[in-house]
Amino acid sequence: MEFFRIKQDIPFMRHARIFNIISLVVFLLSVYFLIARGLHLSVEFTGGTLVEVRYQQPANLEQVRAAMAKAGFGETLVQNFGSPQDVLIRVPLSADGDSRKQGEVVMQALASDAPGAALQRVEFVGPQVGNELVEKGLMALLLVVVGIIIYLSLRFEWRFSVAAILANLHDVVIILGFFAFFQWEFSLSVLAAVLAVLGYSVNESVVVFDRVRETFRARRDLTTEQVLDHAITSTISRTIITHGSTQIMVLSMFIFGGEVLHNFSLALTIGICFGIYSSVLVAAPLAQIFGVSREHFIKPPPSMEFAEGELIHPEPDPADFR
Amino acid sequence: MYNRYPLWKNLLVVFILALGLTYAAPNLYHPDPAIQISGESGATAMSQTVLDQAVGALEAAGIGVKAAEFNAGAVLVRLKQREQQLLAKDVIEKAMGVDFIVALNLAPTTPAWLANLGAKPMKLGLDLAGGVHFLLEVDTRAMVAKKAESAAADLRRGLREANLPNRQWSVRLEGSQVVVRFPDAATREQAIKVIREQAPDMMREESERDGQFLVTLALSETAVRELENYAVDQNVVALRNRVNELGVAEPLVQKQGRNRIVVELPGVQDAAQAKRIIGKTANLEFRLVANPETPAMQRERFSFRNNPAQVYELEESVIVTGDQVTGATSAFDPETNMPQVNISLDSKGGEKMNRVTRDNIGRPMGVLFIEVKSELQKQRKPDGSEELVRVRKTEKSLINVATIQSALGVQFRITGLDSQAEASELALLLRAGALVAPVDFIEERTIGPSLGADNISRGFHSTLWGFAAIALFMIVYYHLFGFISVFALGANLVLLIALLAMLQATLTLPGIAAIALTLGMAIDANVLINERIREELRNGASGHAAIMAGYERAFGTIVDSNVTTFIAGFMLLVFGTGPVRGFAVVHCLGIITSIISSVMISRALVNAIYGKRANLRSLAIGQIWKPGTTSAARA
Repeated sequence: MEFFRIKQDIPFMRHARIFNIISLVVFLLSVYFLIARGLHLSVEFTGGTLVEVRYQQPANLEQVRAAMAKAGFGETLVQNFGSPQDVLIRVPLSADGDSRKQGEVVMQALASDAPGAALQRVEFVGPQVGNELVEKGLMALLLVVVGIIIYLSLRFEWRFSVAAILANLHDVVIILGFFAFFQWEFSLSVLAAVLAVLGYSVNESVVVFDRVRETFRARRDLTTEQVLDHAITSTISRTIITHGSTQIMVLSMFIFGGEVLHNFSLALTIGICFGIYSSVLVAAPLAQIFGVSREHFIKPPPSMEFAEGELIHPEPDPADFR
Repeated sequence: MYNRYPLWKNLLVVFILALGLTYAAPNLYHPDPAIQISGESGATAMSQTVLDQAVGALEAAGIGVKAAEFNAGAVLVRLKQREQQLLAKDVIEKAMGVDFIVALNLAPTTPAWLANLGAKPMKLGLDLAGGVHFLLEVDTRAMVAKKAESAAADLRRGLREANLPNRQWSVRLEGSQVVVRFPDAATREQAIKVIREQAPDMMREESERDGQFLVTLALSETAVRELENYAVDQNVVALRNRVNELGVAEPLVQKQGRNRIVVELPGVQDAAQAKRIIGKTANLEFRLVANPETPAMQRERFSFRNNPAQVYELEESVIVTGDQVTGATSAFDPETNMPQVNISLDSKGGEKMNRVTRDNIGRPMGVLFIEVKSELQKQRKPDGSEELVRVRKTEKSLINVATIQSALGVQFRITGLDSQAEASELALLLRAGALVAPVDFIEERTIGPSLGADNISRGFHSTLWGFAAIALFMIVYYHLFGFISVFALGANLVLLIALLAMLQATLTLPGIAAIALTLGMAIDANVLINERIREELRNGASGHAAIMAGYERAFGTIVDSNVTTFIAGFMLLVFGTGPVRGFAVVHCLGIITSIISSVMISRALVNAIYGKRANLRSLAIGQIWKPGTTSAARA
């Protein structure tokens, strides 16, 4: 079985401008939603109390809400969590009273006005923690970016490293844009997913750029555009199969992982889909815009690879590239 | 002679696999729900009688006991059913009385031969095992303020005793600074020696303001830092003691960052009780009640805790504090049948107590109970927005005033407590040591045991079905090479679990997610290799050449891509806390194991299968399509 039977290099680069426009539009939309709607941050970031309870029968949310209102909680959020029996109650930090006892107060209120609830989980996060998490998250993001740029610059060329990182930062912004648009809850595990995606999708650009370098050395007859097309075409089947496999795993988490892994796997899914697109169709054009050319790669003397590559590739029909 | 591993390399692969299987194996055995019984103090011996009594009580209550054994100075009773664990705890608590600490536990069932090799199951995080998690912040500012306060008191005393010719000096606290004012430079000159003696570790600055001559004293940055470290470390010790008093099977009390402490209590469900014991900053002060000779400046008014209308004036100086208490037990006063706490002091405290009480027989002495409470309050920031700020209140109230009948020594008792419960809690807190600086609960998480079990099965099923789907696809798509890739992926899983178990890293739900994700990403390396081999075959290379070139050329790419993933994982490890860190640890370890398994182990298998065949014309790597042919050719 072989899914990809590609007769000749696909002229991706010819349509580079279209891809760039699509990227720009999606990117700007994401930024817009991030600013206009903001992220729906989880209790870990905002501080507050989270109580998860389980009822034997499907829970009566109205009753739970009434119980909360009666107990004097103002802006509580009451929702089902994964199944009709499970209820999640989110109480913001409050100035009056001891917010550390909120978990107990909630349980007492439920016991009297919406009985039958078994406590599954209580989470309280104080106001000190949230800001620090945002700071540390941004710091981690920054250092991942710097680290990857340095590594790729050493391994390849600064043009490639900058192109790769820009392409993948664009993924990160788009993931955040989705979370802002749909107001999905952005939790710490989603943050972990976003950073993991950043490290993972850069791979994709690495694989393509590896090929680009190899092709530049092996094929002196191709223009830069043709080299990029050739590199993308010859790695596309691997790209899709690899990401497909990872996506199978992520899908499995999405289906079986329950509510806790739900948004985590959602972030990964968006990251993987846009990762394929951007690392191939955004990174390569960007590298071209930055002006990569053969001269950047012929510094090392021709190696074994060079000799083999010459033998392996059949001459392309120049007509294909018109 | 293509594609053969030397013998040592094959042996290495076999050794790695055997090691992985051995250390991963203990995770296959489900732990038993268990009840752990230990003595309240180390002196309580765990005898066969205790064991029989516990087992007897459980059997009488109809709870199935699987086994009972002695384990590290405690009795461990394994139960048949997890649902009965809480019930069993109640039954044993009732049967055994207050001399024993009864805790929930999960007892590993690792077979003896594995245990002898040092193989242990992975440690489960609270989100999988159930329990209580607290993150405490130590208020080191209070500590610094207290230090400045005591320095000010020392200075006052020192200056008084120095009998300076001009008595118009004053000592005042301004924030965390102590400001000493003198009417003229000569007096200041004379006082400097006293100041240097009384506050040797503070930075001095002399200045003149409004015709007065000032000495400003402040703690140096290093001194503050030292004080903070001391406060946090002391608090960790005190918290460990308190947690041990609570009776938790495998508690964790750990410093985190500069001024935070993590407390994790697996198996505990009553968060409220745990919080009461852990977070209380209760302390005692013993002071003489002021008499008419006491100067007004050195008097402080306090009211009784259970009767605020009753007020006493105490002297400012403290005889001893709770920090000097070495032992405390609750008991009943045999005459009045009221609760009391018997206290023993360390030698220094005892000496001081003896000196003061000897000289003051007949005078009343007060016992102050000090409690620090904090609450959130709204505060307006300069820009007009409101912000929640934690405000701390120190409450000092009298619990007892009694006349000194005779010189006291290292042992004495306190009465005047409300109830037996209060007496035993005070005794516990004094015994475990006071927190030297107050703590805030800035994060708290309680996870029920059933949610933990759910999370395990969710994580397990995600990984299982994801793995199965990938395996199916790989074998269909790449035939034998697909099978080899799946074998390598399986080896990866085993190695990763073995590594986690060996390092005793804590597995959390995000950690399981990281296992699944790592497997999903690790297959990338094998796809790269297989695609490269197909490509070489497509271009007419022989079987052996294709394998060789496939592995060698893919290797550079595999390293590159793993390094970038590792950079991201490492940063998560450095900056992450809680769930992010749980994810990052597994992610980083997974990257290491996946390079080993996808490159070395899969190659060993390929070599074992194809290595001995000369003239390899075809490889079972699935159908290979060649451009230029209309129908697919079989390679």
